[in-house]
Amino acid sequence: MAPQSGESPLGNRLDPHLARYAKRTHGMTASEIRSLFAVASRPEVVSLAGGMPNIAALSMETVTSTVANMLATRGQVALQYGSGNGDQRLREQICEMVGLQGIAPHPDDVIVTVGSQMALDLITRIFCDPGDVIIAEAPSYVGALGVFRAYQVDVEHVAMDEHGLNPEALRETLKTLAAQGKTPKFVYTIPTFHNPAGLSQPQDRRMEILQICQSAGVLIIEDDPYGLLGFDGHIPQAIRSHDSDGVIYLGSFSKTFAAGIRVGWAVAPHGVREKLTLAAESAVLCPPAFSQLTISTYLDTQPWMDQIKIFREVYRERRDATLEALTQHMPEGTTWTHPTGGFYVWVTLPEGMDGTAMLPRAVTARVAYVPGTAFYINGDGRQSIRLSYSFPEPDRIREGVRRLGGVINEELKLMHTFGTLGAARPSVSSQGSTPGPDVV
Amino acid sequence: MSTDSALRVVVLAGGLSHERDVSVRSGRRISEALRNRGVDVDERDMDIDLLPSLIADPPDCIFPMFHGAAGEDGAIRDVLDLLKLPYVGSNPEACRLTYDKPLAKTIVARNGIFTPEMVVLPHEAFRELGAGAVLDAVEKAFGFPLVIKPSKGGSALGVSIVHTAAELPTAMVSCFSYADCAVIERYIAGTEVAVSVIDLGDGPIALPAVEIVPDGEFYDYNARYTAGLTEFFAPARISDEVSQRVADAALTVHTILGLTGFSRSDFIIDGEGVPQFIEANVAPGMTETSLLPQAIEAAGLDLSEVCLALVNDAIEAHSAQA
Repeated sequence: MAPQSGESPLGNRLDPHLARYAKRTHGMTASEIRSLFAVASRPEVVSLAGGMPNIAALSMETVTSTVANMLATRGQVALQYGSGNGDQRLREQICEMVGLQGIAPHPDDVIVTVGSQMALDLITRIFCDPGDVIIAEAPSYVGALGVFRAYQVDVEHVAMDEHGLNPEALRETLKTLAAQGKTPKFVYTIPTFHNPAGLSQPQDRRMEILQICQSAGVLIIEDDPYGLLGFDGHIPQAIRSHDSDGVIYLGSFSKTFAAGIRVGWAVAPHGVREKLTLAAESAVLCPPAFSQLTISTYLDTQPWMDQIKIFREVYRERRDATLEALTQHMPEGTTWTHPTGGFYVWVTLPEGMDGTAMLPRAVTARVAYVPGTAFYINGDGRQSIRLSYSFPEPDRIREGVRRLGGVINEELKLMHTFGTLGAARPSVSSQGSTPGPDVV
Repeated sequence: MSTDSALRVVVLAGGLSHERDVSVRSGRRISEALRNRGVDVDERDMDIDLLPSLIADPPDCIFPMFHGAAGEDGAIRDVLDLLKLPYVGSNPEACRLTYDKPLAKTIVARNGIFTPEMVVLPHEAFRELGAGAVLDAVEKAFGFPLVIKPSKGGSALGVSIVHTAAELPTAMVSCFSYADCAVIERYIAGTEVAVSVIDLGDGPIALPAVEIVPDGEFYDYNARYTAGLTEFFAPARISDEVSQRVADAALTVHTILGLTGFSRSDFIIDGEGVPQFIEANVAPGMTETSLLPQAIEAAGLDLSEVCLALVNDAIEAHSAQA
């Protein structure tokens, strides 16, 4: 309908910078699902969504005295710029730590980063051009998918089985890509206490994956934030322990000390580490000296392995509560993984159910989880959800799982009413299904 | 209008509804607008400490910006009435009528305003009668496309436009994830507009209609809250005659539903230039991408001034009532 008089008013899109954004921002939109996570931060809601480390298990007195000690002894250094690849003493200590996983790097092979997330970002930045292909497990860590998406990388998901990344599926994917003339830049894997699947690769599986990648000439990015958090105290040997040239290893203090300190690292072959250091300097100049020296002092002065044992016990208790409650409350047809470490249980809902569509009902029932679609780049994963048991008290976990059982039962009734669903689902980006890092 | 710096207002935002995030942003904007006029503003969430604090230290006025249930269904305003505290906006009864979309549509239709044909069906109706048979009957009566929406709630959460029978089950499940009752409406093609009504003490006036042109098929959650995904025209690109017609319709809706202070009514202007009422809102969004602030700007008014006037009017009305 045209106006009868006067000129047509100009349209307004409410963002004067719209024409200036890079193409890679086009998928960055508000999301119905993401908005639901805003409710998850309320105390009435049992949030099994965010993977928040249980900082209550860390003595604040210890942290306070550590910071005071650090400032008294190295305060001038802590408050100054530092080296782009990180504090020398901390890199030596990281070498000692990763020795537990069978890795024996030189301190020069270690780059300290702002959480291992930054290492992942830098690695993608130095290796991947837009349109390049990388391989990741299906499902995969949502934070990694966010990085890959930001660099406009094509992600090929490879199936997992009960022992993690499936070697046969990996071979098949590499073969298919080769037939298309494509060589993946790297395989991204979380071999130990996988996020979100809660699975671990046995040693022979790790070796097989390594051999496949070596044969294909493909680099492995081994992400290992949970490696020390095995409930039986066993520390699996890293893939990197078998190959120092073909594997970049990522570690983090977020789960073994504190996430708020934002310190992680990469152990990389020499050529890669030089580029990583230059890329890190262009991104942040240097990792925060204050955080690095706090951790360094902590590792030098505190029984940090005892603290890890405390964390293991805290998470084991919560894992037990989760599995027990799942057994009690999940309807027939629901299955879940049985993690032996880490933070997560991957729940597969009864056939035809949709964890993304179910989330509003769950939030109404005051329980939150992350829909499986968050962990796939392509909208797959609808029938799954991730539960994180790391943060809530065991009784809250039991209550949350009880509520979730009721929610699933209600959805099952709907499904029975309207028939098996799934065919006509609109696609959901993993970005849109993801809570922010502070959702508890 | 008073600019008394001693004026104390509590803005209520957040809550536990699915629209918490939007409510927080709306509340923040209202708070900022009032602070710009020298008002002492306290932002509060809906929690166990809220009532004790309001009782212990009653503000001059409350500005409820909770969206969704408990915010727009009249519940919080019922409680504020019990506490005899003045607040901006409609009373509980008007909220209850408006928040229930089928009820509001029925009342509005009885007063001569056109609204798309609908059926209102709880999950039980499908379960007991058989979903296939019910949906077949709907399809035969209305044809495709159909609009499926929860009977309560906002921000287009759980809303779908369905073009084929194959899409219906998914749309129904999505809808029932947000509410126990579904509204299935005949789809009306046309120009989508929102008309805000404000009453600054001299009776309700309709602000210029804001035309909504989303990039996608409809004005869904993403299109509402991602700047750039929707193009707005304020005033709408409609003839003066149609503009007057939709303004009158919005004023009628505001009046017959008993709304006070401010409201926003959404319409589709059909091919004949007839405004078809979709729904009304007692706590319309006030975010950076929301429609009411755009209408205020299009009317040449200032958001801060309007908010302060609404507060002053609410205080006066409360005093008169007392």
